Amino acid sequence: MLVVAFVSFSLFNFVGDPINNMVGEETSDEERAELRETLGLMDPIHVQFSRFIINASKGEFGISYQLRRPVSELIVERLPATVELVVISALIAIITGTLLGVYTGINRKGFLSDFVLAISLLGVSLPTFVIGILFIYLFAVILGILPSFGRGEVVDLGFWTTGFLTVSGLKAIILPSVTLSLFQMTYIIRLVRAEMMEILQTDYIKFARARGISENSIKYKHALKNGLIPVITIAGINIGTLIAFSIITETVFQWPGMGFLFIQAVQFVDIPIMSAYLVFIAFVFVMINFIVDILYYLIDPRIRVKGDVASG
Amino acid sequence: MTFLKINNLSVDYQMRKETVNAAKNVNIEVKKGEILGLVGESGSGKSTVGNAIINLIDEPGKVSSGSVILGDLNIHENSESIVKYRGNKIGLIFQDPQTSLNPILTVGEQLIETIQTHLKLSKEDAKNKSINLLKEVGIKDAETRFDNYPHQFSGGMRQRVVISLALCCEPELLIADEPTTALDVSIQSQILELIKKLTKERNLAVILITHDMGVIAETADRVAVMKSGNLVEIGETKKILTQPRENYTKSLVSSVPPTNKKISRFVIVEKENSDKKENNIKILNRWTKKGIIDQDLVQIKNLRKSFDDNFFTESSKNSVMAVDDVSFDIKEGESFGLVGESGSGKSTIAKMIVSLFKPTSGDIFFDNVRITKIKQRSELMKFRKQIQMIFQDPYSSLNGRLKVKDIITEPITLHNPSISNLDLNNYIYDLLESVELTQKSADRYPHEFSGGQRQRISIARALATQPRLLVCDEPTSALDVSIQAQILNLLKDLQEQLNLTILFISHDLPVVRQMCDRIGVLKDGKLCEVSNTEDLFLKPAHEYTKELLRLMPKIESIYN
Repeated sequence: MLVVAFVSFSLFNFVGDPINNMVGEETSDEERAELRETLGLMDPIHVQFSRFIINASKGEFGISYQLRRPVSELIVERLPATVELVVISALIAIITGTLLGVYTGINRKGFLSDFVLAISLLGVSLPTFVIGILFIYLFAVILGILPSFGRGEVVDLGFWTTGFLTVSGLKAIILPSVTLSLFQMTYIIRLVRAEMMEILQTDYIKFARARGISENSIKYKHALKNGLIPVITIAGINIGTLIAFSIITETVFQWPGMGFLFIQAVQFVDIPIMSAYLVFIAFVFVMINFIVDILYYLIDPRIRVKGDVASG
Repeated sequence: MTFLKINNLSVDYQMRKETVNAAKNVNIEVKKGEILGLVGESGSGKSTVGNAIINLIDEPGKVSSGSVILGDLNIHENSESIVKYRGNKIGLIFQDPQTSLNPILTVGEQLIETIQTHLKLSKEDAKNKSINLLKEVGIKDAETRFDNYPHQFSGGMRQRVVISLALCCEPELLIADEPTTALDVSIQSQILELIKKLTKERNLAVILITHDMGVIAETADRVAVMKSGNLVEIGETKKILTQPRENYTKSLVSSVPPTNKKISRFVIVEKENSDKKENNIKILNRWTKKGIIDQDLVQIKNLRKSFDDNFFTESSKNSVMAVDDVSFDIKEGESFGLVGESGSGKSTIAKMIVSLFKPTSGDIFFDNVRITKIKQRSELMKFRKQIQMIFQDPYSSLNGRLKVKDIITEPITLHNPSISNLDLNNYIYDLLESVELTQKSADRYPHEFSGGQRQRISIARALATQPRLLVCDEPTSALDVSIQAQILNLLKDLQEQLNLTILFISHDLPVVRQMCDRIGVLKDGKLCEVSNTEDLFLKPAHEYTKELLRLMPKIESIYN
């Protein structure tokens, strides 16, 4: 975290002069110097950095150069949109991915499996923005059934604004989340498929067959549970990737989330927003890995009880 | 009365180009209360027959003809009918207890599920039945162990769980496919006793598939010998082992290292190699031979190794002493054997001698130099050259992407970078011929060779640097008996001609007896005793050694 904080801090502090972007042409040199002083840009690097860290840990990332509002406020405002988008697409990716993966893993030969695999190949190879534009063209322009941009109507719950409670909000989330999930979904399909195929060859599946356990129980109880363990790792890493990919998806669909905010910030060299975004993403990654480790602990008994493993 | 009758059973594997007959017209009969041993080397089709009985052949194989009659039921009538007999009438035990249980379901869950599949019992009844079964197979605290996961059991205990799973629906036929191969001798004898006891008590018909003649001699009533899918011979155990009719059976029996005496060479019935002596001389010319001095080549003093001793948790209470205060010497030119069960620390000692592990404390002297204190890499290389290792698994110890030539070249050029190409090639050919491989093998890849041939390549690679000490870590335990006999003969010849000192590590007592001059017995990282081989086998001093000798399956037990 500290490293990421330093990188984000130093990277943006040495790129360009923020004052130039903030003030107009006619500002005098005295006014500029004064502004520099108030923003603390004249202090030595390490003082600036420690201030940055202290403020960051309090959730303050300074004031946006461009919008002249505290960055923390902007992030809190945009957070719900991104979180809703990422959660929905993660759910789509994991649930559909696992179901299709199990299906193709068990029925290795067959038209439907080949079809799913062919489509999944497409999903891996096509870039997100192409898929997004294709979807917009198909569903919004030609068929006209789904909105092409924005979140639709949102309901403000005070601390959270949600699009789940209105029809237009729900409609609006379909295209971006499907677009975003597609890449991860195909990834999970292939992973689950490979896992299932491998596990169905193992000795304990063979032994279960030799005991006459029914095929359904073998496939969905014995094999699937083991097959899901690596999926959790990948899914955890991928939720982080989803947030990263959401920058593109949010831009394509004009989704008012953090990725969109970030892109706008990049265009204006709005350093506080950019560094806050980076620190925030790093924080999310660390949290997700932490949660994945806990999930591992809960699911895999081999990790859970290390103490009394008998040796020999 | 015959209970199981296998008639003309054939199993075919339909490959892209050809059809492989894994079993051809096999006829076997088994009575109730009888243990039939099914022996053969790897690839002989013995496991195929075992699996074919319950039609559990993996794609693309299938049972192509024949019938299996169980009592008065033809269980191969159609492919669906067999499913209801699996587990119900026929129980199966697999080789490796580590992999035959589902790791994320508790033992109890697996037992209850199996019982409820076949018997109409409530969950409570099934649980009671499972606990009784666990008790019957000798698991203590069955009530609490019931809720444990497989990884919480040791290897032997796990195999007991597997047996209880195979028996939980009271089958009348038990097929045990190498049930003790993955286990230590002491546990092996317990499991075999358990199978014998259950056979008697439950009047089971048992098919015991194994490659171990000692196990057969001690447990089986009758033996069927298989070779490349064919049933070679079937008859009373005693008759087969003492007066084999077929040539193949004769060679199989003679390859088994005897446990009661030391022989100079293994008799190899089928193959004669007359030009071998000549070959060995070739490499001998290059050997910078040192006259044997009566000295200790290796001295090991108070060697200790504990794992998980990292920087933060030094000398913590939980740390396991893999090697605990071990001292012994190896004389120049002798074969020193280290025996012990798994986890006794024998491989750890080997790895410390070749400097793959750093000892926690204690010293290793090689040729009177303390190699454990050498800091400089170039200094250490001098000793690495003189100490070479042969690993257990010939499949994973050779890099599959390199040609045999390149595998052997690597150690040569590492220690002698100035060698000319011509010289190098000649040296490689000499090395290959010394281990009885042809010159042509140099341009092939390891996967083109059989297990025994690969182990020969490993030996050639180890000899390439002209070592004085050869550390052999279970060099033959992955091989068939007849191949084992050949490799052991080769090692003996090489040692004799090249004055090699060998540290021979094995769990297999009969093999050690044939190979070694002196033996050290290890238990839980501690050295129990060191003595001359014959003394150790005839008058063992330590209790543990006596125990090991008593439990070792003896092919000679058939005479009693």
